[in-house]
Amino acid sequence: MEVGATRGRMAVYLRDNQDKVIGRWSELVVAGVRGRTSYDEVQRELSEIYALVVRVLADADEHAAGELRATLDELSRTRARDGFTPSETAQAVFSLKEAVYELVADSADLVPEYLAFSRLVDDLGLRTFEAYSAAREQIISDQSTAMMELSTPVVRLWDGIIAVPLVGTLDSARTQLVMEKLLDELVTAGASHAVIDITGVATVDTEVAQHLLKTVSAARLLGAECTISGIRPQVAQTIVSLGIEFGDIATKATLADALALALRQAGLKVVPQ
Amino acid sequence: MDELPVRSGDDVVRVRQHVRNAAAAGGLSLVDQTKLVTAASELARNTLVYGGGGVARVEAVKSPAGRSGVKLEFTDEGPGIPDIDLALTDGWTSGSGLGLGLSGARRLVDEFELTSKPGEGTSVTVVKWSRLTSRCLPRPRATSAGCG
Amino acid sequence: MERVPILKIGPTLFVSIQIDLQDESVLALQEDLAERLVATGAHGVIIDITAVEIVDSFIGRMLTVIGSISRLFDAETVIVGMRPAVAITLTELGLSLSGVRTALNAEKGLEILNGKS
Repeated sequence: MEVGATRGRMAVYLRDNQDKVIGRWSELVVAGVRGRTSYDEVQRELSEIYALVVRVLADADEHAAGELRATLDELSRTRARDGFTPSETAQAVFSLKEAVYELVADSADLVPEYLAFSRLVDDLGLRTFEAYSAAREQIISDQSTAMMELSTPVVRLWDGIIAVPLVGTLDSARTQLVMEKLLDELVTAGASHAVIDITGVATVDTEVAQHLLKTVSAARLLGAECTISGIRPQVAQTIVSLGIEFGDIATKATLADALALALRQAGLKVVPQ
Repeated sequence: MDELPVRSGDDVVRVRQHVRNAAAAGGLSLVDQTKLVTAASELARNTLVYGGGGVARVEAVKSPAGRSGVKLEFTDEGPGIPDIDLALTDGWTSGSGLGLGLSGARRLVDEFELTSKPGEGTSVTVVKWSRLTSRCLPRPRATSAGCG
Repeated sequence: MERVPILKIGPTLFVSIQIDLQDESVLALQEDLAERLVATGAHGVIIDITAVEIVDSFIGRMLTVIGSISRLFDAETVIVGMRPAVAITLTELGLSLSGVRTALNAEKGLEILNGKS
């Protein structure tokens, strides 16, 4: 079964009938687009893809497949951004088959070539769906990152003492963000002490503890001492039962206790007037 | 894609600078740039010291979702790694994993692939993708320069 | 090969790393520091890495080794000015640089050496 030779013959056929096929393909796509893009623009887009399809079928060079994938991914993204549904984009790709079929319908000797070509176009159409899906997921992930940024404040409690009140979950992505903001503020504020308050952290398990240890480790590289505060009674029990060790990191029940400790370590004392 | 020799200490320094530029051009945040260049430093050193010298390839890439990234490939024709699992031993404390810095480098990147056969050399490929930062909030129909 | 200069101010040795160091320069620094510690009897070493953009496991280990060497000569080492991006990367690598103190800048580093912290 010489798939290569079959595809090669199809490549030649497509090249010979280029203008006719691209013209018909553009017509079909414009009909589906319902006025959202002009014929000229569509024809330009499709000509580019057509040329790449021919190259892939001809197996002329090793870059063609990669370029075709990249071009289709780009098409999926721009179409999605312009409000087209993934089905509409996939349909646009599939209609290439229709345009070619209209031409070969009468020549029985091109059946194996058409089938090989059809299989390729099916894959391309499916790929546009995948690209759309991946782009949506990326947007959701980005928005979640943006939200995380907003909910991770770093505050200055006193001269040289800053605090990070953590609320919600502490996964590895959040930890990266906390470390970045905490360290940047340590430098800006010239602080030597950081209090990490975990009152608002719902669950503290081994993974969360690892993240906290990592954060403290990073802060220490900048010469800051850290205190972990806000350990609730249930959390304390979980920590002990899981065998989590905070080693030489000071831990306190409340932010107030942690502040008092930090002030003491800074050689300061609060005196009533 | 750029290809750089890794045959001397000077080459390692050049590779670091080249990767730094590629990372910045790829829209990676400062922290991500630092991580990628550090990983490159580890891998380049391995190529030089354990692999007897080799080649580094730096390439700008794009994910299906449209994110930009940087791909690095380090190849050598050295003795190869006899026990890959051991070499990739993940340890929180430093010094584990035959001192090859491979497990560390792996933690610094998003994708990590290692092929090695005793007598046939080693090839390590890593990819780091750009991430969104608060400066780059998604907006419809707008492009955000420097945001991958 | 560039040799990193070591300054002596009072009982303290100052090292400021300004450039992207090659492995040889790193090893040379270790040797030079050991010699200067013996020669001067200095009590403390401050290594300023404010300008350093990359600290990989090799350089990280060098800093730890310098700390150990200094301690043998009864001197304390303080690494100052580490950049946040570098600190985060080192943490990810699993290097905690135990055995050396750290500070935000040379001034704070001196406070540590003079026993104020």
